[in-house]
Amino acid sequence: MIPSKFDYVKPSSVAEAITALRDGGDDAKILAGGQSLIPVLRLRLATPSVLIDLGGIPELRGIREDGDRIAIGAMTAYYDVIRDDLVKQHVRLLAQATETVADGQVRHRGTLGGSLAHADPAGDLGAVALALDAELVIAGADGTRTVPASEFFVDYFTTAIGEGEILTEIRFPKHTGWGSHYEKFNRTAQAWSMVAIAAAIRVEGGTIAEARVGLTNMGTTPIRATGVEQALVGQPATADAVRAAADHVTEGTSAPSDADAAADYREHLAKVLTGRAVLAAVG
Amino acid sequence: MAQVRVTVDGVVYADDVEPRTLLVHYLRERLGKTGTLVGCDTSNCGACTVHLNGQSVKSCSVLAVQVDGAEVTTIEGIARDGKLHPVQEAFNECHALQCGYCTPGMIMQSIDLLGDNPDPNEQEVREGIEGNLCRCTGYQNIVRAVQSAAEKMKPGAQADVQSPVSVAGGGD
Amino acid sequence: MTATAEPTVEFGKARPRKEDARLITGRSRYTDAITPSGTLHIAVVRSPLAHATITGVDKSEAEQAPGVVGVYTAADLGLEGVGLPCAWPVTPDMKAPQRPVLATGTVHFAGEGVAVIVARSPAEARDAADLVEIDYEPLDPVLDMEAALADGATLVHPDLGTNENATWVFDSGEAGTGTSVSDAISAAEADPDQVVVRRRFRQQRLIPAFMEPRSAVCDPTGEQITLYAATQVPHILRTMTTVTLGVPESKLRVIAPDVGGGFGGKIGVLPEEMLVVALAQKLGKPVKWSETRSESLLAAHHGRDQIQDITITAKKDGTVTGLDVKLLADMGAYLGLVGPGVPILGAFMFNAIYKFPAYRFTCTNVFTTKTLTDAYRGAGRPEATFAVERIMDELAVELGRDPMELREQNWIKHEEFPFTTVCGLTYDSGNYEQATQQAMELFDYAGLRREQEERRRNNDPVQLGIGISTFTEMCGLAPSRVLGSLSYGAGGWEAASIRMLATGKVEVITGASAHGQGHETAFSQIVADQLGVPFEDVEVLHGDTQISPKGLDTYGSRSLVVGGIAIVKAADKVIAKAKKIAAHLLEASEDDIEFAGGNFTVRGTDKGRSIQEIAFAAFMAHDYPEDMEPSLDSDAVYDPENFSFPHGTHLAAIEIDTETGHVDLRKYVCVDDIGNVVNPLIVEGQVHGGLAQGIAQALFEEANYDDQGTLVNGTFVDYTLPSAADLPSFDTRTVSTPATSNPLGVKGVGEAGTIASTPAIVNGVLDALRHLGVRDVEMPCTSQRVWRALQDAQGRSTQETPVDTHSPGAGLGSIDPNNPQGEVQ
Repeated sequence: MIPSKFDYVKPSSVAEAITALRDGGDDAKILAGGQSLIPVLRLRLATPSVLIDLGGIPELRGIREDGDRIAIGAMTAYYDVIRDDLVKQHVRLLAQATETVADGQVRHRGTLGGSLAHADPAGDLGAVALALDAELVIAGADGTRTVPASEFFVDYFTTAIGEGEILTEIRFPKHTGWGSHYEKFNRTAQAWSMVAIAAAIRVEGGTIAEARVGLTNMGTTPIRATGVEQALVGQPATADAVRAAADHVTEGTSAPSDADAAADYREHLAKVLTGRAVLAAVG
Repeated sequence: MAQVRVTVDGVVYADDVEPRTLLVHYLRERLGKTGTLVGCDTSNCGACTVHLNGQSVKSCSVLAVQVDGAEVTTIEGIARDGKLHPVQEAFNECHALQCGYCTPGMIMQSIDLLGDNPDPNEQEVREGIEGNLCRCTGYQNIVRAVQSAAEKMKPGAQADVQSPVSVAGGGD
Repeated sequence: MTATAEPTVEFGKARPRKEDARLITGRSRYTDAITPSGTLHIAVVRSPLAHATITGVDKSEAEQAPGVVGVYTAADLGLEGVGLPCAWPVTPDMKAPQRPVLATGTVHFAGEGVAVIVARSPAEARDAADLVEIDYEPLDPVLDMEAALADGATLVHPDLGTNENATWVFDSGEAGTGTSVSDAISAAEADPDQVVVRRRFRQQRLIPAFMEPRSAVCDPTGEQITLYAATQVPHILRTMTTVTLGVPESKLRVIAPDVGGGFGGKIGVLPEEMLVVALAQKLGKPVKWSETRSESLLAAHHGRDQIQDITITAKKDGTVTGLDVKLLADMGAYLGLVGPGVPILGAFMFNAIYKFPAYRFTCTNVFTTKTLTDAYRGAGRPEATFAVERIMDELAVELGRDPMELREQNWIKHEEFPFTTVCGLTYDSGNYEQATQQAMELFDYAGLRREQEERRRNNDPVQLGIGISTFTEMCGLAPSRVLGSLSYGAGGWEAASIRMLATGKVEVITGASAHGQGHETAFSQIVADQLGVPFEDVEVLHGDTQISPKGLDTYGSRSLVVGGIAIVKAADKVIAKAKKIAAHLLEASEDDIEFAGGNFTVRGTDKGRSIQEIAFAAFMAHDYPEDMEPSLDSDAVYDPENFSFPHGTHLAAIEIDTETGHVDLRKYVCVDDIGNVVNPLIVEGQVHGGLAQGIAQALFEEANYDDQGTLVNGTFVDYTLPSAADLPSFDTRTVSTPATSNPLGVKGVGEAGTIASTPAIVNGVLDALRHLGVRDVEMPCTSQRVWRALQDAQGRSTQETPVDTHSPGAGLGSIDPNNPQGEVQ
């Protein structure tokens, strides 16, 4: 199928992109990696008047160390995130989750920023950003602002990115030495997450010292499982303790009921998978 | 209309395209590269897989304008001097295709996979081609072909680096 | 005598395929690659509603859109009276609604075409399709088969007065092929030494989902109109286009170029094919249609969709005494080309390999406001095999028997062949013991049973199940007289021609129409042996009604068993003619000429001529016998005397994670008896692919409709085909008891894997769960269904799964097309 007609601009700087966004009006859309957007355009589920392609802005790509954080340009492709040594060393959970996104071809084109800005609750990376307390840098006509992940996700497909603004960078606090695991459950290998659990755990002397747990597809946005985190801290890293803590996972969730799974099954899965994710993380 | 200048299978082309033109339609309808096929509209099937600057992509999920200045390799550009690519050979030898419709995409993705992982085990091959659907083979002989090609390519064979030759065809 | 390369025996050789050369290099030619100069493109405006009255069509805006040549309804094209063909009136009183090319008055399923746009480019046609305003008055959809048959149900076609298409009955008592099943059931109910087991099974609706979307191009220039189509039935399409549109058959050429899979899904005569022909004639320009995947899932015919009520009776010693089958089969809104006959093809297979003395089959076909159903790989036989293999397991449970032992007790023993079954078919050959023994050894049946016991004892969260399917099928459709007795609208023969070219090359023309099967290779192997010519010298031509004027195409595992035998018959005639010329040239009596390895020799001498020399002599025609024509070329039409009956034993080891319900196929072993094998590589590929499709029915695929009659699995995001990462490697083997009904001893292999594997998987799933109290899991056995079954078995209530609901999240299929929202980057 063929998309509706649109105009296309390819700015070469963030400033140009913001200008283009302003000029494009309500119907302008940002094109990042395009791996969600282009199929949507093909099905004519969206008919923007103009696409603003961020692919020509080098400053939006790349991964760097920034003090106690790893800063990742919004247009950095999944493939590059997965293979980056800084990410592997300091934010391994992100690499683990990114590796499960879609398939090899999509991971070559799709971008971290695109995925987070798309804010599909079944997308895999929101839960990671949330669990690891990432900060999202958003640029607009009046300069840039930084939004914590906890305030970034607003609703289905809705984020704190305002009109005329662009997500430029995602900063992850280093979690060097933490154990981590992304436990994804889906109907077929290629399918979106039915439920997935992002877990990063720091163990000291056999006891869980710190825990970060994020949930994919358990509500209208990614969700932080604070109940589980609190229940884990101070517990021994044993199967029984972890499973008991995992029972808190449904607190504050509103799991969807759909053709893939009704809410009660998702809630049950979340408990089982949280136990598995945490145990795998503590290794 | 937007301008696109792109090297496809070693030939440089310059064309005006509608921004909404998908790369796969540009390849098929403008350049006559009908070896690259379209099997779905949601980027699930992978039949349209080509290499863009050396990486596999689904050409139904890339706009033609986005490849301005880039290098694209299709199934029609991987044989060298009349000699098939080892992955092509292996697909034939291992009976890794039946109707042939998924085959171009499957081969292009397999070449990419072997570039990243020259000696994949069965599970790694299966996961490496999870974005390519086949309805005929049950995948078993495809997996076998990829592993067989890996064996053949072991002494450091270069899969897919191609330098552009002179301007021709629908070029400027 | 000229030396020729020593011919080797091709039959049985694992030849890599000759058709691959073009397919692996992108030199393929699928229909969508064909765009003659000046081609116009169509887009079909489809109904979003399942059932509605069309109250207005406003074309004005679309007609003004850039690049648009015209916008047409059926009335505009004078096609209102045209109905698409159904070739199988299964009963004399079958109700057959007219299936229009474009709906007029009422739409009967979501996806039915209402208008067509013709434009200069596909994009412009699509743009204009969005501009056609159609007003609908919604009617109640008809979705549930049982409700559709109830008094007072909304009628899909009110003029028919009922939603029942036909009821077809076979009763072995009445037919004289066995005893009465009613008597068997009454007897069993009254006898404490017998059991009666009743089960209801559901065959979910599937979508064939061939990888190449359908496409058709009609070029009206030149004397003959040419229709290129992504079809598996070019010959039938030609005849049916004539019947439908009145184009003289002699003025129509149909070409099926490379075709990207069919699986029964490309057996139809499509409204879009008729539209491109009608529009090309009207406009005098080539007209092309290529569907999108979402269009294909919505509007191309679906498969399966049956409710099966099965009753089996048996003595407590395990001997089966009767089988009663009652089916409801969903036809969808209209009848496909062979749609009403698909469930009937299963009628002869429910009894399978077992010696049932009494058998009855009753099938009621039902109209609903859904996409029509028709053939999908196996067509009737997978449904039958599923039911009988599932009920044999249920009977084994009831009797406390090992399911394989129970099967063996009841199956036809190898020394009993040929065996005439309770429905009157004669199975010519088979050896169920042999295939089963080998499969059980390869599988380590005993070892896995021990492991299963251990896991049960330890209450392992991962339970193991062993699934069995000892299937048979009927292949080689079909003896024409049998088709006649079933009121089918054609014969079942196949045609072949062999042309001996002057240079010694051989052209083989077949009426079978390959779309992935590998005919070019397998038929070349057969001809190379028959004529003693090199494999490389044989060229197989097919799929073009001007090149291959006579044929009945490819479906029902018939290409080798019927088409291949036609080729053998044609080769026999070539040799007979060549023998005469050889005798003439060698100045010998024809009786003294021997033919072997491509050479005609005079018995007892070293005098001889190669077949190539004879072909050249016939071409030169300077010196040949007076009583014949100077040609070796020969035609044959072969009408099979019987079906062939491949069989096999399939075993699946299933692991179930009882915490999540996840089903993992750990091991799959099958040993198939498909008779003699022409090319083991191709056979293996057919079995692998067949298994994947059958397993996909058991575990992954289903087409669902919401309560408004809208298909909810409308993209590959929602209609979940398994990828490589979702399947294991299979251990597939063959054994052979050659068919006695044809000279090659072949049986057919195209559908075996699909037919056999579905019950093996589901039997395995249940075998893993039964001790936990689970009695059944509907297909596909998703993790959620398994988990729910476990909860139910433990008395815990769970929610209903809203199979027709999408969340806003999780991808494209899940975004409401009427209300696209969100920031997509």
